[in-house]
Amino acid sequence: MNLIMPPEEEKIISQTRREPRVESREPNPDALPSALDSRTSTASISALTVKNLSIYFGKNQVLKSVSLEVQARAVTAIIGPSGCGKSTFLRALNRMHELVPEARMTGEIRLFGEDIYAGRVEPVIVRRRVGMVFQKSNPFPTMSIADNVTVGLRLNGVRARATLVDRMEKSLRMAALWDEVKDRLHAPAISLSGGQQQRLCIARALAVQPEVLLMDEPASALDPLATAKIEDLILELKKDFTIVIVTHNMQQAARISDFTAFLYLGELIEFDATRKIFTSPARKQTEDYVTGRFG
Amino acid sequence: MMNQADSIVPESMATAQPPAVRQLGDRVFKWLTLLMALSVFALIVLVGFELWRGSHLALQKFGWRFLSSSEWDPVNEQFGALPFIFGTVVSSLIALLIAVPLSIASAVFLTELAPPWLRQPLTVFIELLAAVPSVILGLWGIFVMVPWLREHLFLWLRSALGFLPLFQGPIYGVSFLAGGIIIAIMIVPIITSVSREILRSVPGLQREAAYALGATRWEVTRIAVLSYAKKGLFGAVILGLGRALGETMAVTMVIGNNPQIAPSLFAPGYTLASVIANEFNEATGDVYRSGLFEIGLVLLGVTILVNAAAQLLLKTFGGAGAKPQ
Repeated sequence: MNLIMPPEEEKIISQTRREPRVESREPNPDALPSALDSRTSTASISALTVKNLSIYFGKNQVLKSVSLEVQARAVTAIIGPSGCGKSTFLRALNRMHELVPEARMTGEIRLFGEDIYAGRVEPVIVRRRVGMVFQKSNPFPTMSIADNVTVGLRLNGVRARATLVDRMEKSLRMAALWDEVKDRLHAPAISLSGGQQQRLCIARALAVQPEVLLMDEPASALDPLATAKIEDLILELKKDFTIVIVTHNMQQAARISDFTAFLYLGELIEFDATRKIFTSPARKQTEDYVTGRFG
Repeated sequence: MMNQADSIVPESMATAQPPAVRQLGDRVFKWLTLLMALSVFALIVLVGFELWRGSHLALQKFGWRFLSSSEWDPVNEQFGALPFIFGTVVSSLIALLIAVPLSIASAVFLTELAPPWLRQPLTVFIELLAAVPSVILGLWGIFVMVPWLREHLFLWLRSALGFLPLFQGPIYGVSFLAGGIIIAIMIVPIITSVSREILRSVPGLQREAAYALGATRWEVTRIAVLSYAKKGLFGAVILGLGRALGETMAVTMVIGNNPQIAPSLFAPGYTLASVIANEFNEATGDVYRSGLFEIGLVLLGVTILVNAAAQLLLKTFGGAGAKPQ
């Protein structure tokens, strides 16, 4: 196998795995059942396998043969200076980059063993299983809080009112927003604060029960308090979901991720357990970047 | 010798003044723009006032009866505007019914679906349609469209939908429906290009939000684009309606110019704008001319009323947050 992961993988994972935070937290009772079905409980199974991924926009190659494994029920952070291909990498994982005209890719991405670029696979199905949260919160402004959460389900044909209400509450609880909005579920989504809107977007993504959640700098537009809430939420969510997060903020990567990939100019420089990346990286470039010497 | 504080503390702001010329420029700028803005308002008031003054005689003679009477008899100097109001409203409604789906669908295609190589030429052509002079469209209407309507579409409509009073009666070709269709052709470009701008202003992030939930293209358009833009689109439609109500030349050439209120869309009609254009030359009597002035006043009134109603509708049903940010 063509893994970048070092052989002592298991050991590092057990070292870097955070202890559950203080007052926490039995397995989340709100966890969506079908989201759990698709995984086993062992920690080391890989959710996404990326092999020799190259992406071109027209003649411009933005990713150069990137290979890595995203482990299930863990947080994988993608770091690197602006323009290094972080967001493109993230978007390739749910085929969002195809929305850019003239985008081309080579290589392979497998989601729990299944090739997401296989001829018969519809991007619509991939995106339902690999959800996404964006840098700037983007609730649908004409919809209420409740409708924003259930819109994905309704698109997927769920009509039963009881199911919708039930899923909405569960998703909002998982996004740690329920207590703040339960009394005004029918208020417009844009009446929420910036941090709440971002958590609403997370709830919206969770409601369709994805297996993987991609986050593109989800806290970069938020103040420190709202950021802390999102980070706590990510740590909570990784018990049930696989999370890949792009971040500019090195401290954030160190705080919340189990694995870190460092991209530079479209190349994967290093991919390892987060602790290793931040304490004893194998490559000089990685060290220079994480210590703030460039970037 | 200067001490250190002197060199650090700057000159007091109370005494510092920008150069007088720049201050003057600011003031001139403000008043000039205010004047320009007010002149639009003044123009409308002036137009309304002149129409009111011109229609003085008719107002005195007929009073409110002018609005409810169907009589139009220049020989006996009996005038009523009802058939013309009817013709204007009906032909405009037909135009909207045809033009709105067509325009919004075109705008959606241009912004959401069209490949880049098709987008530019199509946009140019649609805008070119707006540049076709009204009278030329009218000529085309008389010689091409009306015969075709008479010999094909109207016959087909009558056999398919003839159970409705709307599609019964003799077919002349020139008719409310022909007038409505020609107006539709004329307002499609304006509604399309305004809608296109509105749709283009919908942030890409809204579309991505929908795509990321596993929405298909149509679903993205529906939940992220159209619902976000609905207020703006409504505005585009109102702009088109304003044009439709006042459209004169091409309609005059195909609507039949017969002041009547008929249930059938195949019947010839008359509009407020058309009667002014057609009869102003021959309006020799004072009351006759005054009647035409009052027709103009009514047209202005109908236009304002429709716009006000639309604004009200928008406020009532627009819903919170529907306004593009």
